[in-house]
Amino acid sequence: MQAARLKDRATDMSSTIDTSPEQERVWHLDEEPHHADGHSTPLGFWMYLMSDTLIFAILFATYAVLGDRYGGGPDQKALFDLRLIALNTAMLLLSSITYGFAMLNMDKDNQPGLRKWLLITAAFGAAFLVIELYEFYHLIHAGYGPWSSAFLSSFFVLVGTHGLHVTFGIVWLFVLLAQINRHGLTNSNRRRVETLSMFWHFLDVIWIGVFTIVYLMGAI
Amino acid sequence: MANAEHAPAADGHIPHGDFRSYMTGFVLSVILTAIPFILVMSGGLESRRLTAVIVLLFAMAQIVVHMIYFLHMDPRAEGGWTVTSLVFTLIVLVICLAGTIWVMHNMDSNMMPDMIEDIAGEEPSGPGESDVPGQDMSPSE
Repeated sequence: MQAARLKDRATDMSSTIDTSPEQERVWHLDEEPHHADGHSTPLGFWMYLMSDTLIFAILFATYAVLGDRYGGGPDQKALFDLRLIALNTAMLLLSSITYGFAMLNMDKDNQPGLRKWLLITAAFGAAFLVIELYEFYHLIHAGYGPWSSAFLSSFFVLVGTHGLHVTFGIVWLFVLLAQINRHGLTNSNRRRVETLSMFWHFLDVIWIGVFTIVYLMGAI
Repeated sequence: MANAEHAPAADGHIPHGDFRSYMTGFVLSVILTAIPFILVMSGGLESRRLTAVIVLLFAMAQIVVHMIYFLHMDPRAEGGWTVTSLVFTLIVLVICLAGTIWVMHNMDSNMMPDMIEDIAGEEPSGPGESDVPGQDMSPSE
């Protein structure tokens, strides 16, 4: 009795691991799990943004250490005009919401609407850059360039790196507009619009840190 | 595993919001930007430390608003990997910032007074006085 049951179990087991020669062995799945083109782009780009966050973290840390070493030169209160920064912040925030409108138009397959809102976003981004360059020009012209104190060195590197990111964001935006003009709203172009939207909103997040730590904290 | 790859959340599209969520994010951002600017531009509170803390809290709140309404962060997106990498980044970020400030502050407060004068005390000592701080030390050697 006992032996028979054991034998039964043994045959059971052998059948579950498919060793009987009459059953065809399956070495691979009939249907490979297929990955859509660009399926890993959002996560990959997110990883890039996170590494970029660390670059900015280092620049913020540098500024936190050097921001009060004026070397006999002027401090934040003497140099920064908060009204200009408020205007600058408004430009970047407006460009964030207009990019949102561009995304909504893309969802509705409204290509002219998408192009219009992308151009408005680029205009706000450019306005931000012009204001920032005006501020830089003003500082350097007054003799307070990045060479004049450790505070100004770290300030120009931190704010300049952010401005450089915005510049490349605008370049990317125009390249994307040319792509959409030529090829229409293909899946690749949709993905690129989505990826640029992550980049653009990320830059606005970094700017929150910049205007808080550099400008507002400096003016308190 | 194969089924998970076919799930709609993982088809390579970033989740986005609708008009209402974008506008909510925008209005919240405007409010969270305007309050600290007005606070600082009107001269701030009596306690500078309290003003700084308030301004920082508003910044953190606005960053969270941006993450939710503009970046559409979703704990379920990409099988949770975006949030995992975000948490990892935040940990490294806090270590970097806090560690740098702590170490450098510690170094500053442990510097010898002579060395600090050497760096920062150029204006108080006029041209007539001894312009090399270590000079008066040399005879005793």
